[in-house]
Amino acid sequence: MIVTEGLHKSFGTTHALQGLDIDVAEGTILALLGPNGAGKTTAVRILTTLVRPDSGRAEVAGIDVVHHPVEVRRKIGVAGQNATLDEVLTGRENLEMIGRLFRLPAREARARAAALLERFDLVEAADRITKHYSGGMRRRLDLAGALVAHPPVLFLDEPTTGLDPRGRLSMWDLIAELAKGGTTVLMTTQYLEEADQLADDIAVIDHGRLIARGTALELKRRTGGERLEVVVTNVADLQRAATTLTGLANEEALVDAGARHVSVPVSSHGGMLTRAVRELDAAGIDVDDVGFRRPTLDEVFLSLTGKPAGDEASAPKVVVS
Amino acid sequence: MSLRWWLADSLEMVKRNLRHIRRTPELLLDVTVQPIMFVVLFRFVFGGAIPIEGTTYVNYLMAGIFVQTIAFAGMYTGVLLANDLKNGMIDRFRSLPMNQSSVLTGRTMTDLLRAMLAVTTMTIIGLLVGFRPQGGIGGAAMAIGVMLAFGFALSWVGVAMGAFVRTPEALQGLIFMTVFPLTFASSAFVPTTTMPDWLRVFAEHQPVTLVTNTVRSFTLNGTGGPDAIPALLWSAATLVVFFPIALWLYRRRTTG
Repeated sequence: MIVTEGLHKSFGTTHALQGLDIDVAEGTILALLGPNGAGKTTAVRILTTLVRPDSGRAEVAGIDVVHHPVEVRRKIGVAGQNATLDEVLTGRENLEMIGRLFRLPAREARARAAALLERFDLVEAADRITKHYSGGMRRRLDLAGALVAHPPVLFLDEPTTGLDPRGRLSMWDLIAELAKGGTTVLMTTQYLEEADQLADDIAVIDHGRLIARGTALELKRRTGGERLEVVVTNVADLQRAATTLTGLANEEALVDAGARHVSVPVSSHGGMLTRAVRELDAAGIDVDDVGFRRPTLDEVFLSLTGKPAGDEASAPKVVVS
Repeated sequence: MSLRWWLADSLEMVKRNLRHIRRTPELLLDVTVQPIMFVVLFRFVFGGAIPIEGTTYVNYLMAGIFVQTIAFAGMYTGVLLANDLKNGMIDRFRSLPMNQSSVLTGRTMTDLLRAMLAVTTMTIIGLLVGFRPQGGIGGAAMAIGVMLAFGFALSWVGVAMGAFVRTPEALQGLIFMTVFPLTFASSAFVPTTTMPDWLRVFAEHQPVTLVTNTVRSFTLNGTGGPDAIPALLWSAATLVVFFPIALWLYRRRTTG
């Protein structure tokens, strides 16, 4: 549904994209993940016809974005990190205007605006000018604006940046619901957790190139796979626990005395957890915690790019389980 | 078909611009309070000191104030466009399947409405301070037509400048530096006869003078006079040159 091949784009001496290849299957969510300046926004701006690539090919819904931008615009909805609203118009007027510019008949544009305001919980604020909207309300209206013409393809550039935890969660729900309805979504994010939660597929980009591609699980596996981790109650038992686990997994155990924990790599779950608990119990070792642990996407990112994702300050504060 | 959509999109833009005006009435200061101030000041400050052959100073002055106000208002269109370019709204428009030039035509069409308001305001205040046009309804209608044509042409100059400059503030300075000398070195406020030769030659042939003389002639005696054709040609030429330039600059500015 979305394809790019060898996309290049430079701004002066800055090489924003250096041969980006991505593809998104119909009805799926692809998260374009990368730190600031990785080229995420440039990729979205090219795909949404706002910027022309220097070279390479980009197609949306089978239509070339460079040669047929207007046809592409009929198929897409765009919501940006800077909510593009008319601040002097009300929420309803913004949506009706977008509907009219999509060539909907006046009555249909009005009905569509009303339905979207309802769906995005903006009915009360509908007739206030958007200058006074909160950050979350702006983002919701911006997303509503992207949906006016029922686009089959949706581009979301950092849809939750700057939102509070509640706003982020409600945005996640909306995006997940859209994808369930068959919309193809390409979203950019700096939040690994967001990609993990929402995306069917993750494309990690850095310096304008794709550096890894896969599901969250696949990417995590690439970074050393799963480990069985045990936290013992008494530090004195640590060494014995390590011996037990080593025997169990046939791999060398890693001991962290400060955290009282010991771990071993495991290749399959197959009864491993119950056996571990049984043998630790048989050896008389009290444990506080036992479980499998996969690497976080943060660790994945670090191992792929050699630096942490985004800035410390922009790390996600929400934990969803 | 596409002409119909172009018109529909432009009118949607006009609707948006009018909503802005309704909610930010200070956007109308330059076509209401400012011309009133000019009419009153010029009428009473210069009125006694500048004798005009065959008519009163206020009758002479009004055409000049009309054209000056229309010229400033036309160019000011560019400031409003520059404002739009500064925030993200243009990105939204560019991601829609609308006719992209409608963003600009919507602007200049709105400006035509602003110009009409300016003409109405100035006519009323002029009549109150002694303006007595003798050209009849036909002359007044022709005068308004000439002014609006000039204003519409200049609004495309303004749009081109608005797409060119980086900030709306810079454009305001630029407008002042071009429109102010053009209206003062012209027949707008005083006859050109007392100007030194080098200035007089310039003043008598530049568009503000030609348009002002034509408007003056229509309002005072109902005919266009010798400058009518050159005045209309200037407006037409300005439009023909700046319409494509404005579109080109706008495309260049908005396509990375």
